[in-house]
Amino acid sequence: MADAVVSGVGAGLDVERVRADFPPLGEEVRPGVSLRYFDSAATALKPRSVIEAVRECMAEYPANVHRGLHVLSERATEAFEGARMKVAAYLGVDDPAQLIFTRGTTEAINLVARSWGKLSLRPGDAIVVSELEHHANLVPWQMIARETGAELRYVELTEELEYDLDAFDRLFDDGRVRMVATTGMSNVTGIRPPIEEIVRRSRERGARVLIDAAQSLAHERLDVAGLGVDFAAFSAHKVFGPTGVGVLYGRREHLEAMEPVLGGGNMVLRVERHRAVWNELPDKFEAGTPPIAEAIGLGAAVDYLEGLDHQAVARHERALIEHAHQVLGAVEGFRILGPRSTAGKGPIVGFTLDGTHPHDLSHLLDRSGVAIRAGHHCAMPLHARLGIPASARASFALYNTTEEIDHLAGALGSIKGLLRRR
Amino acid sequence: MDDPLYREEILDHYYSSPYRGRIERPDCVCDLENPFCGDQIHVELTVGDDDRIKEIRFDGKGCVISQASTSVLAEHLEGASVEEALKLGPADVVKLLGMPLTPTRMKCGLLGWKAIQQALKPRGAATV
Repeated sequence: MADAVVSGVGAGLDVERVRADFPPLGEEVRPGVSLRYFDSAATALKPRSVIEAVRECMAEYPANVHRGLHVLSERATEAFEGARMKVAAYLGVDDPAQLIFTRGTTEAINLVARSWGKLSLRPGDAIVVSELEHHANLVPWQMIARETGAELRYVELTEELEYDLDAFDRLFDDGRVRMVATTGMSNVTGIRPPIEEIVRRSRERGARVLIDAAQSLAHERLDVAGLGVDFAAFSAHKVFGPTGVGVLYGRREHLEAMEPVLGGGNMVLRVERHRAVWNELPDKFEAGTPPIAEAIGLGAAVDYLEGLDHQAVARHERALIEHAHQVLGAVEGFRILGPRSTAGKGPIVGFTLDGTHPHDLSHLLDRSGVAIRAGHHCAMPLHARLGIPASARASFALYNTTEEIDHLAGALGSIKGLLRRR
Repeated sequence: MDDPLYREEILDHYYSSPYRGRIERPDCVCDLENPFCGDQIHVELTVGDDDRIKEIRFDGKGCVISQASTSVLAEHLEGASVEEALKLGPADVVKLLGMPLTPTRMKCGLLGWKAIQQALKPRGAATV
């Protein structure tokens, strides 16, 4: 059902056809002003097939899943569990029970921090994160560190704000690292830490690894089995699916050993007055009615991803980021956060424009239909490291074009004029 | 590209506000931050025996809206009574700015107002 989006083997991405799949593109956000959407890192647009899958579920089989013995419930259960299988196939996971539906990346990481952390962390143990992390991959670890007496250690970035594997190695000197939680792609600078190397070195030293794939998964496949990660988390809405649902992948041995965090319906096999017996995976971690239509929408989003020529998408996104560095970098006063080089980064440009506050910038760009994001992007420690309270961010996805980026560059130029001191 | 919110008068308040600065012996002060944008505002006031605001000065860093709205408020409130100042609501601030604010910009536009309110609150309570 995924709309075909490539014009042939080895051909480039047919961007016009891709754009036609995403309804708000090409529409006017206000009279005479069309949308230029550069905020996909916050949430990606949804293709028609996802919207239709959600509508279909709500209109045609709006029943609860599991244990319903009527036809609508069976259909809902089949579609819901079918979505889990699609995600499993996409991530290279052979056993879909190792995938837990959560509310999103944040809830998935909280689940690991609380449940695995409580089980495994002792006073003096260490959790390793990097300066690049989103708050979702920091605060849950701060919380469990405080609770267990464990210590949170940061991989310091290099002067050029690149991931530093030497700094990473040094954190293991005392042999106390139990968990390495790392982003697959910075949501501020687009930098992609060397995941394969991080996973290999962490596991070699007996530490578990969690990948926060919230940003990376919209741009590259994550082969969780091939990589050998212990946990991985992502949100549906950043991979062209609905909000309200995300996925935690965990190795079976960990998930079996971990205690549930939420108690309630569905997560139990049997309940007595004073005790209960936990259900099998994945239900053990899915208390209450899950986000059914949203998960089914995620299934449709995975279908959409499967229908893409990943190499063509990667080439297109590479062209976008290179173009962005070139034309935006030429705007007077434009400063890119992180390396000038586009090697090793995803299609995200964090930046500041001299003399303008990111909020004013974002506000004024909106006047010309340009949607960017301004603020600390839930990465306050990274901004502290950069020495700035806030930044602006333009993030790109497969449906963006170089012409749109030219428009952004032009708009930035006129804002400089508008805001100049008279 | 044009935007009435960023008209010349507002930019003047932002770049060269006569109310930016410090008071030697302020009667009340308040520091506030908007964590989402990193806007910071520091306000200082002196209040006369007649319970009227003699002087307002502010300092801070942030977007045009947060800084300029504080300056506009200072201009409006110097000479006003503490009671009048405390009665001023968010809708009045928006009216003074002369432009509607979107929900996200409201936080910026009301930062200085909040700071002035908090600085004056103990005085207001004392006189009631």
